[in-house]
Amino acid sequence: MLRFLLRRAGLALLVALCVSMLTFALLNITIDPALAMAGEDATDQDIQALRVAMGFDRPAHVRYLDWLQSVLQGDFGVSPYFGLPVSDLIMDRMPVTVTLGALATAFAVIIGVPLGVVAAIYPNTLIDRVSLSVAVFGQAIPNFWFSLMLIILLAVQFPIFPVSGTEGFSSFILPTIVLGTNAIPPIMRLTRTGMLDVLSSDYIRTAWAKGLQPRQVFFKHALRNAIVPVVAVAAIQAANMFGGSIVVEAVFALHGIGMLAYESIQRSDIPTMQAVILIFSLFFIGFSALSDVINAYLDPRIRVS
Amino acid sequence: MADAPFVSVSGLDIDLEVPGGRLHAVRDSSFDIALGETLCIVGESGSGKSMTALGLMGLLPSNAHRSARRLRVGNHDLLSLNRREMADLMGREMAMIFQEPMTSLNPCYTVGNQMSEMLIRHLRMGRRPALTLARDWLDRVGIPPTAGRLDQYPHQLSGGLRQRVMIAMMLMCSPKLIIADEPTTALDVTIQAQILHLLAGLQRELGITMIFITHDLGVVSRIADRVAVMYAGQIVEMGRTREILRDPQHPYTRGLLECVPAPGKTRPGAHLGTIPGTVPSLVGQLSGCGFAGRCPHAAVGCRGEIPALTVRADGRQVRCLFTPDALWSAA
Repeated sequence: MLRFLLRRAGLALLVALCVSMLTFALLNITIDPALAMAGEDATDQDIQALRVAMGFDRPAHVRYLDWLQSVLQGDFGVSPYFGLPVSDLIMDRMPVTVTLGALATAFAVIIGVPLGVVAAIYPNTLIDRVSLSVAVFGQAIPNFWFSLMLIILLAVQFPIFPVSGTEGFSSFILPTIVLGTNAIPPIMRLTRTGMLDVLSSDYIRTAWAKGLQPRQVFFKHALRNAIVPVVAVAAIQAANMFGGSIVVEAVFALHGIGMLAYESIQRSDIPTMQAVILIFSLFFIGFSALSDVINAYLDPRIRVS
Repeated sequence: MADAPFVSVSGLDIDLEVPGGRLHAVRDSSFDIALGETLCIVGESGSGKSMTALGLMGLLPSNAHRSARRLRVGNHDLLSLNRREMADLMGREMAMIFQEPMTSLNPCYTVGNQMSEMLIRHLRMGRRPALTLARDWLDRVGIPPTAGRLDQYPHQLSGGLRQRVMIAMMLMCSPKLIIADEPTTALDVTIQAQILHLLAGLQRELGITMIFITHDLGVVSRIADRVAVMYAGQIVEMGRTREILRDPQHPYTRGLLECVPAPGKTRPGAHLGTIPGTVPSLVGQLSGCGFAGRCPHAAVGCRGEIPALTVRADGRQVRCLFTPDALWSAA
């Protein structure tokens, strides 16, 4: 198990390094950092002077290694647009996004997995059809429209929740519902397919033959096997939601990473963009590594191969 | 045999809902088994032998319908039990061993976990004593307790070991009836003999009543007290093993026996018998004897009515319009 973890961590590091390299290369190809930093009124001389002053004239690999070294020390540079250290910006925005991401992930899993299980236990019944409709609804509905509908209904007509902002827990409820609803369908449908598959397997027949209670058969014997592919998909969904949702953050005026990404792209703010992309990819890497570890715990066969 | 039989099945019908209509997997099947007796159900694939077993255990697939006049095991009338009452019996009073040891254990749980949960469920044992008893049982089925097998997962065991685990697990709660559905078919020949020996030994030792399903007549001769031969969902012949193997009275049983080489009798290079043709479709009703289409002795009357299972002089039951004298002496 320890060897599995070490190998998995090594792989995650390697992927993170590649992503950082790629991000750096792409941003420096598409945007001239000096031009972006100097602003629209700058003369050619100003830009050239800035280029030398900021070290943008050095070869790309030197600048990358320089950047990597600072990043490893927690220094993402200074945002030319905000005029603040990027790390401060990130630390400022992170709690909102992480709270929203965690709540939305929990919401999606808590609704999606039981719906999928129930749909699989009673296939082709009313319950199954209803949960399928929920899935289609969740998948098809646009985030901005759903956000607005929830605001109109639950914040304006019946003012139960705040319209926007980040004052306290209650302001996270509507954004959580919107963001989480998007992740329910894949989780629910994969749980249903997995459960249906597992429920017709030989070892489930054995479990029934042992006279186990339905609860033990469904939850101990079937779900553990069926949930393995769900974990992988839920991890991707979680990474997506932890990376911030620009639409949801914008509609509910939550100043999270999603908004920061949007603002930095608008202003060609390279240091901030680099940091945001790196953090986004780290969430992906982290969650997929986490899902591998969870699955290795759930299914002993994964630990070996 | 003077006492009431331990297992009593009468008029068992099992239909499967299939795309083409209703498939009659088991038709009007009736048999009794005395306490401690071994009944072998033999037949080719699709003859309904596995379905009979699953039907008795209440483990039929969801597209199956079961009906019967009587379905008794011990003092329990299985037809009147609800799901929960049935679950209390399964694994406790009646247990089943399956054909596929490779896939019949849950890959996510250790051997110890899967064994002990039976004891915790049925005997209300604590986890620790359950694990201790599980270890004893592994020893009993020939798995030395030293190897830390309880902490191993199914994928770490060979097919033979898994089947031993399965046997131990299913016998742990001392059931009175064990249904073994081709438990050795998926194993290597050498392992087959070991597992058969183990199962037969434990069955005798514990006085368990056993239904053993197989297509292997060699196995039948070694373990069965009585044999029921199934064809196209019906029992076509049933009686004492020795009598059936020595003197088959149904043309299908006879054909089946001719397919098997007899040591010392069949000369090398000699042709073994085959039964020409295929099993009739089980969808829809039979109009006559199910075997008529393949039977070398079939007469006009065989296609007109389904022969009844009649009791003959030696207590054997045969589903054929003719007696062996009329059949084989003419040939």
